[in-house]
Amino acid sequence: MQWETVIGLEIHAQLATKSKIFSGAPTAYGAAPNTQACAVDLGLPGVLPVLNAEVVVMGVRFGAAIGAIPQGRSVFARKNYFYPDLPKGYQISQYELPIVGKGSVEIVLDDGTTKRVGVTRAHLEEDAGKSLHEDFHGLTGIDLNRAGTPLLEIVSEPDMRSAREAVAYARKIHQIVRYIGICDGNMQEGSFRVDANVSIRPPGGELGTRAELKNINSFRFLERAINFEVERQVDILEAGGSVVQETRLYDADRDETRAMRSKEEANDYRYFPDPDLLPVELDAKFVADVVAGLPELPDDRRQRFSSVFSLNAEDAALLTSSRELADYYEAVVGVSGDARLAANWVMGDLAGALNRDGLEITDAPVAPAQLGGMLKRISDGTLSGKLAKQVFDAMWSGAGSADEVILSRGLTQITDIDAIARQVDEVLAANQSQVAAFREADDKKRAKMLGFFVGQVMKATAGKADPKQVNRLLREKL
Amino acid sequence: MTVAELAAGLRAGSYSSEELTRHYLDRIARFDAVLNSFITVVPERALEQARNADRRLKRGEAGPLTGIPIAHKDIFCTRGLKTSCGSRMLDDFVAPYDATVVSKMDQAGLVVLGKTNMDEFAMGSSNENSWYGPVRNPWDTALVPGGSSGGSAAAVAAGLCAAATGTDTGGSIRQPAALCGLTGLKPTYGRVSRYGMVAFASSLDQAGVLTHSAEDAAAMLQVMAGFDLRDSTSADEPVPDYSVGLAGSLEGLKIGLPKEYFGEGLDGAIAHSIRQAIDEFRSLGATLVEISLPNTALAIPTYYVVAPAECSSNLARYDGVRFGYRCEAPQDLEDLYQRSRSEALGSEVKRRILIGTYALSAGYYDAYYLKAQQIRRLISEDFRQAFAQVDVIMGPTTPSTAFAIGEKAKDPVTMYLSDIYTIAVNLAGLPGMSIPVAPVSGRPVGLQIVGNYFREAQLLNVAHRLQQATGWHLKHPGDYWA
Amino acid sequence: MSLEKSQVEKIAHLARLRVNDEELEQVAGDLSSILDLVEQMNAVDTRGVIPMAHPLDMVQRLRSDRVTEEDQRDLFQSIAPATEKGLYLVPRVVE
Repeated sequence: MQWETVIGLEIHAQLATKSKIFSGAPTAYGAAPNTQACAVDLGLPGVLPVLNAEVVVMGVRFGAAIGAIPQGRSVFARKNYFYPDLPKGYQISQYELPIVGKGSVEIVLDDGTTKRVGVTRAHLEEDAGKSLHEDFHGLTGIDLNRAGTPLLEIVSEPDMRSAREAVAYARKIHQIVRYIGICDGNMQEGSFRVDANVSIRPPGGELGTRAELKNINSFRFLERAINFEVERQVDILEAGGSVVQETRLYDADRDETRAMRSKEEANDYRYFPDPDLLPVELDAKFVADVVAGLPELPDDRRQRFSSVFSLNAEDAALLTSSRELADYYEAVVGVSGDARLAANWVMGDLAGALNRDGLEITDAPVAPAQLGGMLKRISDGTLSGKLAKQVFDAMWSGAGSADEVILSRGLTQITDIDAIARQVDEVLAANQSQVAAFREADDKKRAKMLGFFVGQVMKATAGKADPKQVNRLLREKL
Repeated sequence: MTVAELAAGLRAGSYSSEELTRHYLDRIARFDAVLNSFITVVPERALEQARNADRRLKRGEAGPLTGIPIAHKDIFCTRGLKTSCGSRMLDDFVAPYDATVVSKMDQAGLVVLGKTNMDEFAMGSSNENSWYGPVRNPWDTALVPGGSSGGSAAAVAAGLCAAATGTDTGGSIRQPAALCGLTGLKPTYGRVSRYGMVAFASSLDQAGVLTHSAEDAAAMLQVMAGFDLRDSTSADEPVPDYSVGLAGSLEGLKIGLPKEYFGEGLDGAIAHSIRQAIDEFRSLGATLVEISLPNTALAIPTYYVVAPAECSSNLARYDGVRFGYRCEAPQDLEDLYQRSRSEALGSEVKRRILIGTYALSAGYYDAYYLKAQQIRRLISEDFRQAFAQVDVIMGPTTPSTAFAIGEKAKDPVTMYLSDIYTIAVNLAGLPGMSIPVAPVSGRPVGLQIVGNYFREAQLLNVAHRLQQATGWHLKHPGDYWA
Repeated sequence: MSLEKSQVEKIAHLARLRVNDEELEQVAGDLSSILDLVEQMNAVDTRGVIPMAHPLDMVQRLRSDRVTEEDQRDLFQSIAPATEKGLYLVPRVVE
């Protein structure tokens, strides 16, 4: 039987503020337990929350980025439940009037076509603390440093039909929140958490019962968890069983999902407006200012790169995958003036070197101005491709600008035609048998054999000869 | 003696703050074993504060209330001092920070004698719901002092402190003030910061004072009032000088008398005392206007949804994990929660948590919580319309005088009805006062005065003029003021 | 409206309060009489009335994103029932 997969994602993006959503405690990751939990975060008797302005700005930014510019009122509500990492016995969240309403994003599917995925809403809320199950004589330890860290929960429509689509959507949201500077996107540290609601149904039929998958901390695991879960549900339904609505944890080691062991009761969160907080009123000027301050969004930038820099869709997508990479690329183009050449180098040698050394683009030892300067020397014929690689390596090791490297190492390309001609003659004289063989060969073989002579000339000139000229001269003389 | 008189004495050098503080500490030692108005008394700390106050007075750096010995209701967090909120849950809770009200009072140089008894988590109208036992009314120790600020009321009435702070969620300052013959002021919601005040019902709670006179209340409010960055619901409104207009003329003042406040259920003798006071206002130049607050009868039903709903959530933090009571040897997490909470919370608190939980639960939210929020709007509209016609509204504070300890304890609903005249004021967020009028059979009676938003100065002026004209506020329980 | 014992048990569980069998009847009775009082609200037609969550018609004030709180763990944990290595301890939590 045919089954259709239906997936909706709930993404928790930790907002990159200095202080917490309702208190002045710091949000830095990795501090000693409970050293960043102040009276408000601990829910001591008598404390009150005061909303962090930056959190509102970030919510507005996100709304604007998905075509849902926030306006009017937004209300904080209490979600009531007991859990040891939830200090007050309720989480301050948003329920009826979230800061961001309906919007959408466009994802690119594997076949290159695009699809719109709806975002139902995005709301602001506080994070809970962490339970540590290491051995405390059979007890659990509670660290409330994370309690009160601001989150934006982004809820999608159940618009995705495969694990690949879900990953594309999650990556798109990840890209957006990083572009607009509201989240560092670090999945290992839990700054960007993805929960997946997965169900299956006969194509076009009624929605099936869904399972909520948690504990997914990479895009790769997201794809695997969904695929595992879909198979599990297919097996159950095809065996005549029925899927139970439950929360399941993804176990990356075993590559499977399993039901949470704790008994999950029918939740009754008793949401009601938080009487300690007043409605947030977004005035039009405030919103307009935030929107005006928004950086160019990834989709817009990709299109601009395609049209202005004449890049193909794939290259444009790759170069705009993160704001930092796109900024780097544009800076290189700005200096060098050759968009195509810059794209080749940024996606080629630069990406390779970063990958080799395990570095992020922001940590690249070669600054955009350095790379751009080097590309200029390629364009003006000073450097051959081969020489450029040497210059690049030197710059990577901290040798300064391209011109400094060229000067100090004498790497200028030999453009004097007579000088090259002399080298060609010497090579031909020294390789008489190969010359004879060349002259007897057919065109196909000749093309191959020419490489040998070019190589010899380049070797003799320590790579400084212009390969184009070497080629031309060799053809003439042979 | 009133705060104003004591402050004058301190300034004149008739006595030092240390002497005054010893005087009150002696009285507490002498009388409080019976009254039970204090949960915690801190003689050493108080004397230290008094000596500091004396130094300030000597150097001429004193504020108007520097050196005056007062008491805080045990609902205000006091750094380094037990803050129990009248509950076993917080019996060993030493607050690690000061409430804004407490730090403002400290800065003004007031001396804190201790923390006063109260109904547990401010839930009650008789002070019988305290883990530390009931408080007795100094006018007659067989009677309740009212609640929930019953300890503050009894302590001030018996002269165990010069004045005391209180909180009022549904009448918890005004009702005990009425039952103990005091001046009680509940300011506009948001006038005084709630930061550090243990929450009962966040949208109704407001801090205020219990004093012997309107003049004292004005001086105390002057110290407490003001916007606080730590309380999002505090009002960013300027604080006027409350002493300036105290003696102003009442000529032309329009007093609204809601017909609903003088109907069925009001004790005849109380009605008489109230009428007598209102006649005094007429002779002071005020005009009387009969008004209607048609939704008055709905205030109690509405309150008993809104307040429990908020309290059910506010009290979820008492879970035995980070502070407060924890049961012995919990078997598992559920056991920790359930036993800690059940063993350490009293029956009235549990009752309200259960009602509130029910009112917010799936399927009942609209019928209870949402409905109550809508009626709250109607009640507040009634007042808005009334204040379009009149300056202040007057009526009785309570339907009866102080009742006997144990008399209403069995039936929660009967107890709830004793707040019938005060509750609507909290729902609307308006300022309200209770001041003593002619007693009935030796028991104090309170006149309630309700003002428009942030018009505390007018309320104080109205109350002060009556007190100047009649002296009812100077009547004290004889046993303690002989 | 009168509450069934089973409803009381359900609410008590949500509130993490234990109501013993002996108390159940009394509690159900008390709660029912409070609900009777509360249901006087039903006498009023509130269609179209905007619910009032706050007494004052104010909007939320925002604080600037600055770290203002210092570490006070030792003080805060001095009043905690059980801590170890800076953590609050609770009976084992199973996920």
